[in-house]
Amino acid sequence: MGIVVHNDRITPKEADALMKLCPFGAFSYEKGELSAGPACRMCRLCVKNGPPGAVTFEEEKTSGINKDLWRGIAVYAEYCSRGKNSGRVHPVSLELLGKARELASVTGHPVYALLIGSGTGDAAEQLLEYGADAVYVYDNKVFTDFIISPFAATFTDFIQKVKPSSILVGATSRGRSLAPKVAARVRAGLTADCTMLEMKENTDLVQIRPAFGGNIMARIVTPGTRPQFCTVRYKIFSAPEKQLPHGRIVMMDVTGDMLSGSTEIISILPKPEEIDISDAEVIVAVGRGLKSKDDIRLASDLAKALGAQLACTRPLVEAGWFDPRRQIGLSGRTVKPKLIITLGISGSVQFAAGMRNSDVIIAVNSDRNAPIFSVAHRGFVGDLYGIVPKLLEKAEEYRNV
Amino acid sequence: MDIIVCVKQVPGTANVEVDPVTGVLKRDGHAGKLNPYDLFALEAAFRIRELSPEPEKVRIRTLSMGPGQAEASLLETVYMGADSAYLVSDRKFAGSDVQATSYTLSRAVMKTGPFDLIICGKQTTDGDTAQVGPELAEQLGIEHAANVTEAEPEEDGIRVTVNMDDVIMIQKMRYPCLITIDKDANTPRLPSYRRKLACGSGAVTVWTASDLDIDLKRCGLEGSPTRVEKIFPPESRCDREISEGSGDELAGELCSWLRERKFL
Repeated sequence: MGIVVHNDRITPKEADALMKLCPFGAFSYEKGELSAGPACRMCRLCVKNGPPGAVTFEEEKTSGINKDLWRGIAVYAEYCSRGKNSGRVHPVSLELLGKARELASVTGHPVYALLIGSGTGDAAEQLLEYGADAVYVYDNKVFTDFIISPFAATFTDFIQKVKPSSILVGATSRGRSLAPKVAARVRAGLTADCTMLEMKENTDLVQIRPAFGGNIMARIVTPGTRPQFCTVRYKIFSAPEKQLPHGRIVMMDVTGDMLSGSTEIISILPKPEEIDISDAEVIVAVGRGLKSKDDIRLASDLAKALGAQLACTRPLVEAGWFDPRRQIGLSGRTVKPKLIITLGISGSVQFAAGMRNSDVIIAVNSDRNAPIFSVAHRGFVGDLYGIVPKLLEKAEEYRNV
Repeated sequence: MDIIVCVKQVPGTANVEVDPVTGVLKRDGHAGKLNPYDLFALEAAFRIRELSPEPEKVRIRTLSMGPGQAEASLLETVYMGADSAYLVSDRKFAGSDVQATSYTLSRAVMKTGPFDLIICGKQTTDGDTAQVGPELAEQLGIEHAANVTEAEPEEDGIRVTVNMDDVIMIQKMRYPCLITIDKDANTPRLPSYRRKLACGSGAVTVWTASDLDIDLKRCGLEGSPTRVEKIFPPESRCDREISEGSGDELAGELCSWLRERKFL
């Protein structure tokens, strides 16, 4: 299975064309034989855009698993014992419950929450208010702080007993460590940092995320295995409205074999108060349109006028102009403010993935064709150096009136 | 003590674009580089060696899976200070997702011999998933810690500082285990010119699928539960509005827009 090259149908000229077509340089041509090497990413562009019939993609036979045995969309409800969410479930889990309900409406599956923690109290009831049909609770002292083995064993116990079809995990530092561990254990497919989720009627979860590190999105499915796992960052989806609870709470047994592990916690230190752009209501973000480090002043003056946080793109962090905690994007923070103004940002998918769900996006960029204008609600085609100083003047006038 | 550092060669540029008309993926040049996050993993390994009571007894090997060109990135790790380097490369591994990649790497890890500690970068710049490290740990049946900012060897294990969302956690892990190193956890060293001169050919051992004790059903596309159904350029917003004009006009328009909505 996979990419099959039909050399009997390929002329040397076509071979050359195919080699140029492959974005990963996976083809090699030797002694009249074209072959695809290990660099192949199975993107199938050679099948789609190459000479007809020259390269084909051989599908695997459908696997024997019975998808009907896997039912329900489960959300890992991350119970926090420390930090600003102490004593409650991390808000990303509530956002995922809302999304799970939307997905479940396609297949008629129930929505489950998996709650693992110590002294979780009324957190389970809260999850019912956010629409869970059932909350499975594993409560034990060991779960006060995150250590990998007990959490992974407990998560696996839940999967084996409840057999959910899809599992959504918040891409917090805990989620990003736990989800891959458990997915590998149950040999499930896992897709990180999805920015959109859809459900097919056949219960296949459609996971959409930026791919290949660039300006491109991929639709990823898990057609032959269950469960199907994905992680989603905080602030990608919106938390649902609270409702009258209708679901039930199921207390699960925590057995000794689930609690073993070799890692010990020595100490836990509070994190110093950090710059946090992810909760900002208004953000001014700058990109490579900024010509020098001194010009950050323009953006920070605007931020001050708007009561906004200042943020930036990856290149400006790499240039050492900004603290990495101010970076928006797939390799930085995800933000969802009421308003974001981007100045001199072209808008790579990498960046857009971190802010496209903001309520209002205003873009200022001199290039009419920059991708940011397809993300923005309001675009201003012009030089930030021409617009921002004038805007600051006008804002100042307005304040003095 | 044996340390394995897993690395990946990534595209030299992140500028991949889809031509909206032909749907062709455009990528300028195929030159690869060592994943920048892996530099912090390598540096962490070198520091653990230097902090050990007997540094000469700490052997560091690097391991990668990828096309033949990835040998160049592995050579770089040898110039930086790795004792040996291994590349697993086979067409049969093409199309691997996280599950198949971590399985294949786990078989390669076993083939390189006994180990105490595996160190990975936090994530790569081309996949950005941060999943391979923790999945590799599970494939080997060992514990892991992700987002480690400091790692200090102790008698029978390692003391690590883990950067969590709300707290800093200090943990003691017993060997064998795996850690992934946070970005900017240290200052990576540069490759040494002297080591480069001293390094003969054959510094990188290359293995194919037939060299490994491996179940091919769990490799490549066949061993990958996930499938990329389609790749596409991101959608544009249909409710957008775009203004053009002089700086003064645009500033005026933007200012009144912000005022009307009470942002100013």
